[in-house]
Amino acid sequence: MRIPCPLCGPRDLREFSYRGHAVGLDRPAPDAGETAWDEFVYLRENPAGPTQDLWYHEAGCGAWLVVERNTVTHEITGARLASEAAS
Amino acid sequence: MRYSALKILTQGLTGNKGWTPAWRQPEPKSDYDVLIIGGGGHGLATAYYLARTYGLTNVAVLEKGYLGGGNVGRNTTIVRANYFLPGNSEFYSHSLKLWEGLEADLNYNVMHSQRGLINLFHSDGQRDAFARRGNAMINQGDDAELLDRDGVREYLPYLDFDNGRFPIYGGLYHPRGGTARHDAVAWGYARAADQRGVDLIQNCEVTGIDISGGKVTGVQTTRGAIRAKKVAIVTAGRSGQVAAMAGLRLPIESHILQAFVTEGLKPVINHVVSFGMGHFYISQSDKGGLVFGGDLDLYASYAQRGNLPMAEHVMEAAMTLMPIIGRAKVLRSWGGIMDMTPDGSPIIDKTGIEGLYIDCGWNYGGFKAVPASGDCLAHLIATDKPHEVAKGFRLDRFRTGRGIIDEEGTGAQHNLH
Repeated sequence: MRIPCPLCGPRDLREFSYRGHAVGLDRPAPDAGETAWDEFVYLRENPAGPTQDLWYHEAGCGAWLVVERNTVTHEITGARLASEAAS
Repeated sequence: MRYSALKILTQGLTGNKGWTPAWRQPEPKSDYDVLIIGGGGHGLATAYYLARTYGLTNVAVLEKGYLGGGNVGRNTTIVRANYFLPGNSEFYSHSLKLWEGLEADLNYNVMHSQRGLINLFHSDGQRDAFARRGNAMINQGDDAELLDRDGVREYLPYLDFDNGRFPIYGGLYHPRGGTARHDAVAWGYARAADQRGVDLIQNCEVTGIDISGGKVTGVQTTRGAIRAKKVAIVTAGRSGQVAAMAGLRLPIESHILQAFVTEGLKPVINHVVSFGMGHFYISQSDKGGLVFGGDLDLYASYAQRGNLPMAEHVMEAAMTLMPIIGRAKVLRSWGGIMDMTPDGSPIIDKTGIEGLYIDCGWNYGGFKAVPASGDCLAHLIATDKPHEVAKGFRLDRFRTGRGIIDEEGTGAQHNLH
């Protein structure tokens, strides 16, 4: 797997660390309640097919990325900066 | 047909013409008391214990492919009861006891081999942690022995004891740990369940779960609709997709775990050896292949194959621990889909929908759990009460924060186990 970092270009999987589904960008308000926090921290759609997840370009530019990926084929169809995806 | 040594002898002398199929190929009926979705180790064991212990025989197992075609045929076959935390400890202890009687119980040779398992440690701190774990195992009624460096050397003389990064200080020895023939476990449970009247229905994919008024009424399948009073989801890495048919979301992310096997060699590794610090463990199959693996690839995946970085990491760990392995040729590698929970422990529970049960979240430890998982899920289905040794495996423990079973002590969030 090579991940197309928007800043560095296509780079080897070894340079990145994975942080789970991109639901991580939608942090609920502190007082949003138990259900919202359960959804955010624990419950997962866990799709077999296209997904979006968060990767940290640890051995590269240090950027957080939202990577579009297929969990069945390992095909990577895109990556963008998490800072832009979140805004 | 009852299997025995005499049967093999007489069949061998008469041209092996008298063997009959190990199980029937029934058409699905329109109505069952219990449907098990998933014909893997856990599903087949559940069906067997429902029939044997609870007398429920109007039961069908629905399998979308062939019996035992998933993780029960893709693992590294290790059987052990060396857990530390209450919740896990009594469950795996129960499972190992069931393993020890399994062959007589099923009338099937699952080649359960209690060759002993050794977990290596490489520092004073790790020695303390393993001493504590060993005491917990002994308190649970299982066996454990703390080996010093010379003790390990006696069993495993081929290790690199003076490795610069991970010198071997000793190991925690679990004599009753070992391996079993993984396919035979699925086949043995399938045959024994079939003999007690359970219908094993292959090539039958569940496409929908029927729910009416908060109560399960049956399932839709590629072979037609089937009604049932109770339905259990036992689909390991695919639990998320099946649960979604009932409108449920699970605290599970599916990951890839790779495993490797070498060409067949003469006996060289007589135990199961676990090198946790390097993410590596190994045993030798009865056929002679060295069977080994490491950690998850650490990203969500259903591909049933991993990527090279983890393969490379596992090979490096192997060379670090036992340089003799460098001459062995790797024959093949594969990946299984692990249903990872946030705390690394499983779920055997009701779902909040009446009559719908779930057994999932086996992380990378599902194989050794097969007998107890089947027994405990059968208990839950038959009595609607959790089995005494599985009552900690609650589905709601993440939402409530009560009863988290974090064996590794790394935190109860995804991607930490």
